[in-house]
Amino acid sequence: MAMNPGGGGGYSLSTLESMVAWGRKYSLYPFTFATACCGIEVMGAFGTHYDLSRFGAEVVRFSPRQADVLLVAGTINYKMAPVLKRIYDQMLEPKWVISMGVCACSGGFYNNYSVLQGIDKILPVDVYIPGCPPNPEGIIDAVVQIQKLIETGAPRAADRWPIK
Amino acid sequence: MSVVLDRLRTRFPSEVASTHSDFGDDTALIRRERIVEILTFLRDDPELLFDFAMDLTAVDYLGESPRFEVVYHLYSLEKRHRVRIKVRLHEEDPVIDSAVAVWPGINWYEREAYDMYGVVFRGHPNLRRILMYEEFVGHPLRKDYPKAKRQPTIGPEE
Repeated sequence: MAMNPGGGGGYSLSTLESMVAWGRKYSLYPFTFATACCGIEVMGAFGTHYDLSRFGAEVVRFSPRQADVLLVAGTINYKMAPVLKRIYDQMLEPKWVISMGVCACSGGFYNNYSVLQGIDKILPVDVYIPGCPPNPEGIIDAVVQIQKLIETGAPRAADRWPIK
Repeated sequence: MSVVLDRLRTRFPSEVASTHSDFGDDTALIRRERIVEILTFLRDDPELLFDFAMDLTAVDYLGESPRFEVVYHLYSLEKRHRVRIKVRLHEEDPVIDSAVAVWPGINWYEREAYDMYGVVFRGHPNLRRILMYEEFVGHPLRKDYPKAKRQPTIGPEE
């Protein structure tokens, strides 16, 4: 974005892409798919103390058709996997995925017969948050990372999916 | 011997294989053939009145014969006493009569035991998997289920 060098009123130059990206960046609507204790930390992040709305991502949409970011917070087992995949498929483009906590990232200590060993087996994941559960700061950092992806126009994980 | 086990043994002398009351827990090992009749007796006998089937589960004693064991935990709200009923089942024929007709609440416990151990409850009204999904192959709490085995991921149902 190029501002008027004189500093006064006048005009500014930009590209349409960067204007759209700027708008998207501060109006991310998350869909929280909370299945375990990570969901409690998500509530903390949305609450007054950590206040995720400072980053423009406080309007939680419980319809996937209105959401931009899928926040997968918690253990996903094989029985739940098709539900999660369907919700992801219902979200409109462009969309991003945050995998929160070790259970969503890799199965965590649930190395057993029933738990999906990481949601990246079925979904393209943009940002992983480690921790069991992660702090609300981790969620804020992930949102900021998504904002950076949008700002720089970096390719989304969905663009290089499936991983060969 | 306790009142409960005494009465059970007197009524079904040939069906009770063994009993003990270790640590104050009355336990009876029963043969499987007349299990529904025995459970009905435990429920209806005026001195026993086991009206509450608290739990049903199975145990896999891999390497022993009989391999499987079905365990009933019963409680009487009226008499405030408990009993544990065990039945051993062979690996090649893990079938036992369903107790749903005796206590309707035991329905899901039997489905769980079927899902996790492959014990078949004859006469159960709806013997399907309850925890795992239909496409799941095998019974995961059996001791010979491979620890690292992974099942194929199922897609969205269309």
